[in-house]
Amino acid sequence: MSEVFTKTMARNIFYGGTTFFFLLLLALTFDTISVLPERDHRENITPEVVLGKKVWEDNNCIGCHTLLGEGAYFAPELGNVYKRFGNSTDAIKGFIMSRPKDGIPGRRSMPQFNLSEEELTGIAEFLKWTSEVNTANWPPNIQG
Amino acid sequence: MQYQSQSVAKLYFIAAIGLFLGQILFGTVLGAQYIWGDFLFPAIPFNVARMVHTNLLIVWLLFGFMGAAYYLIPEESETELFSPILAILMFWVFLAAGAATILAYLLVPYATLAEITMNDLLPTMGREFLEQPTITKIGIVIVALSFLFNIGMTMLKGRKTVISMIMFLGLVGLAVFFLFSFVNPHNLIEDKFWWWWVVHLWVEGVWELIMGAMLAFVLIKTTGVDREIIEKWLYVIIAMSLITGLIGMGHHYYWIGTPEYWQWWGSIFSAMEPIPFFMMVLYTFNMVNQRRREHPNKVALLWAQGTAVMAFLGAGVWGFIHTLAPVNYYTHGTQVTAAHGHMAFYGAYVMITLAIISYAMPLLRGRVANSNQAQIVEMWSFWLMTIAMVFITLFLTAAGVLQVWLQRYTETPMGFMEVQDKLEIFYMMREIAGIVFLIGLGIYIYSFFVGGEEEASA
Repeated sequence: MSEVFTKTMARNIFYGGTTFFFLLLLALTFDTISVLPERDHRENITPEVVLGKKVWEDNNCIGCHTLLGEGAYFAPELGNVYKRFGNSTDAIKGFIMSRPKDGIPGRRSMPQFNLSEEELTGIAEFLKWTSEVNTANWPPNIQG
Repeated sequence: MQYQSQSVAKLYFIAAIGLFLGQILFGTVLGAQYIWGDFLFPAIPFNVARMVHTNLLIVWLLFGFMGAAYYLIPEESETELFSPILAILMFWVFLAAGAATILAYLLVPYATLAEITMNDLLPTMGREFLEQPTITKIGIVIVALSFLFNIGMTMLKGRKTVISMIMFLGLVGLAVFFLFSFVNPHNLIEDKFWWWWVVHLWVEGVWELIMGAMLAFVLIKTTGVDREIIEKWLYVIIAMSLITGLIGMGHHYYWIGTPEYWQWWGSIFSAMEPIPFFMMVLYTFNMVNQRRREHPNKVALLWAQGTAVMAFLGAGVWGFIHTLAPVNYYTHGTQVTAAHGHMAFYGAYVMITLAIISYAMPLLRGRVANSNQAQIVEMWSFWLMTIAMVFITLFLTAAGVLQVWLQRYTETPMGFMEVQDKLEIFYMMREIAGIVFLIGLGIYIYSFFVGGEEEASA
């Protein structure tokens, strides 16, 4: 780089640019937080959904699955599993309950987590709630 | 080594390499589980092995960054470290906390771990990359604060250079943005929104400052190019990193319940994220061409050039191919993402850490550079690991494209598991490449034990 472009100028671009774009990020963040209630239907976050999120976290479900496309890529997307399972929380509960303890020979298998009825209802309600968030029409189809 | 207290870096580097080996061993387990779904089940389920793999990566890179800081800050500041004892103490605290956490992942069911560490008091667990028990997270904050205090005090009493300032700024940012890991609202969408303030603002933000400072330091030392020139480049590169990367965070906000305008902000700004990485390639090769000395440590320079190229490919090019919203609509959360993640982390953060270890470790062991024989062995490990990573990335990309084709970009989508079966051949080849990587890492470790005629002592 030529002598016309000095280190001081480079430094000013760094500090000025960083400050400007960080403030822009804060402005966009503020706007996002204020419009989120229209998209995340938070009025439907019941105690069951709260429990479900706790069950989700306590069993590290994200370690195999994606949820709205984020997580691990080893097991199916669960953001829309409620819809994929025919809009049925019972189907979700049944699936989780019936996982064999020692897995399935030669196949990927979900562990048996021995969840209580209350926890099963929670996780199913949490996944139902998630499937009803406005995600800009993602995923592209029911297979996730 | 010019200052006695720089020697604390050695501990950090050794731990980093040891944990790196653990990370890669578990990587090969994960690769096998992609082929043989029941491999090690139910003893080590996939989610546990993945946690170990990703958490070890983060921890060993943090060890590498801290070691780098303890090495370069005294030298830049032209003074001894404020408190070597604190640095050594924090090393053992961090290593013990890290090892205990990893062992707990392996030995205790995760739900039990959450219970015994009283996660309910301040729930932070069970989110990708932030799986550590809350108490471990608090430990990380304490270690980070003592570390920042230590190097901050060192800088205060000595010379302030651009490199040390940028390194410090990056490390402060690392600590500050980690605090968002304690934000975990009941509302999943808000949780996801703030989660990226740790993950994105780390790897596509402040870590680039740390990388830039480490690379600049190695280049000044090995090429002898005038500091003024290198510092000017450094400012421009990190300016571009943050100008593009801060709003580039929008590329994570396309499909998680956040407003649609992020598709525009995210696409436009993240499409420019390769620019600083491309500049890094130009700058590194320019500095090497303009070098004013022939440093005997050739392999350190190889890593420095390698990190510039591979970061550009992994973070820049492989990031760009799926960053535009209309493309990402189909690729989001597929093996394409995994491909990008692997090469970006290796190219940017693994290789820069290995570059500084390669430069500093001989000096910490009392010589300017390792013997020719040892350097040649290390170069072999460079090429084996780097080429293996290129192939891991290519096979995962192929798997990802096929996955998108069969499951997403079609009128007749197939189910997830059905598609996974069809990807087996790519997972097989990925696993072979992964084992080559492991062999490369073994050779890398072996290179530390190769003797031969040493270069003049430091």
